[in-house]
Amino acid sequence: MKILVTTEGENLQAQLDVRFGRAKNFLVYSTDTMKWNIVDNQDNQDAGHGAGVSSAQKVVDLGVTAVVSGHFGPKAYEVLSAAKIMMFSTSDCTVEEAIDRHRNGKLPLVTTPKEPQSH
Amino acid sequence: METKDSKKVWPEEVRGPIWAVASGKGGTGKTTVAVNLAWVVGEKVQLVDCDVEEPDAHLFLAGDASALREVTTQVPWIDQSKCDFCGLCAQFCQFNALAVVSRVSLVFPELCHGCRGCSMLCPHQAISMVSHRVGQMEIREIGPRLTLLTGTLDVGSPQAGPVISAVKELRDPRILTILDAPPGTSCSVESTLRGVNRVVLVTEPTPFGLHDLKLIVELVRLLRLSFGVVINRMVPGQDLVRRYCEEEDIPVWLEIPEDRRYAEAGARGRILVDEFPELRAAFVRLVDQLKEADG
Repeated sequence: MKILVTTEGENLQAQLDVRFGRAKNFLVYSTDTMKWNIVDNQDNQDAGHGAGVSSAQKVVDLGVTAVVSGHFGPKAYEVLSAAKIMMFSTSDCTVEEAIDRHRNGKLPLVTTPKEPQSH
Repeated sequence: METKDSKKVWPEEVRGPIWAVASGKGGTGKTTVAVNLAWVVGEKVQLVDCDVEEPDAHLFLAGDASALREVTTQVPWIDQSKCDFCGLCAQFCQFNALAVVSRVSLVFPELCHGCRGCSMLCPHQAISMVSHRVGQMEIREIGPRLTLLTGTLDVGSPQAGPVISAVKELRDPRILTILDAPPGTSCSVESTLRGVNRVVLVTEPTPFGLHDLKLIVELVRLLRLSFGVVINRMVPGQDLVRRYCEEEDIPVWLEIPEDRRYAEAGARGRILVDEFPELRAAFVRLVDQLKEADG
């Protein structure tokens, strides 16, 4: 199973990024092989509109089973739900800690999107 | 309002001029200037409230909203029975208005800019364009000489541009039009200023006022529009904006002095030129200058 963690950095010791749509990087971790790789999300970090949709599309295309982040916006939530990808929320930790928490079943499953921002 | 006629393209000589009232900074008195200008202009005029996120000119101009019209944009609709989830449309869309995941294709109409690219690209002709409501327009006959056209963007709809274009389109192009622009220098201001003959830039004599005036001057110069400045809430000795206009060779068409009575009358929804003769005279002079500039 592959799980994806949003992060500001480029390795397991980097901080988790709580913003899903505008996270700098995605760390994709395989629970089978314990190998990981970084997927750049800079294009969505800088996007004017639709960062959530585009980030979610990217996640779906990566074929992961679960995503660990902080907040999921309404559009990202809709796309990930449609793709039946599980969303988990946590904060104030490294990517490694987020993966451990997920493995130990300590993370709540996200069942509602974050309130939309006003324009 | 002869809507049918106004769709026609009228030759230059029968087209009424379009003046816009804009400002880089919010709260400087755009609507006050636009409403009072329309009130004293002395000929048939239509005032168009292009500040569609928070239209307010109708608070000063009493009149029943006689006609309500919807503003719609064209957005994709995907026939799920024809879609094979190839994802070409989602890859193509620059605004991320589409997503294709496993066996579902999703559309986010509020992100769509209506280019139709996805529907042209779709190899299975699964995408057609459908109407999506983004706002509404109202027409108010204020008097025999003044018509107010108001555009209102729906809450949750992020793009003001289509509503602004639609409400401008509603005007009768043969008569004088005054546009009350949204504040700032964003896309919605640019949508308002397109096709305008003259721009009145309203500012205040503060460092903030000057800072944001410089931004909108940059914009109107880029759009090659003829413009002048109105300094609102002018206080003797505060010459910051005046000096800048002198240096930049920008005409100052009007200075409205800071006066608590003006603010109080405005807060009660009164039209200033009706209450204060000195302001009526000042606005009549502003009209003269605008007409002079029209040639």
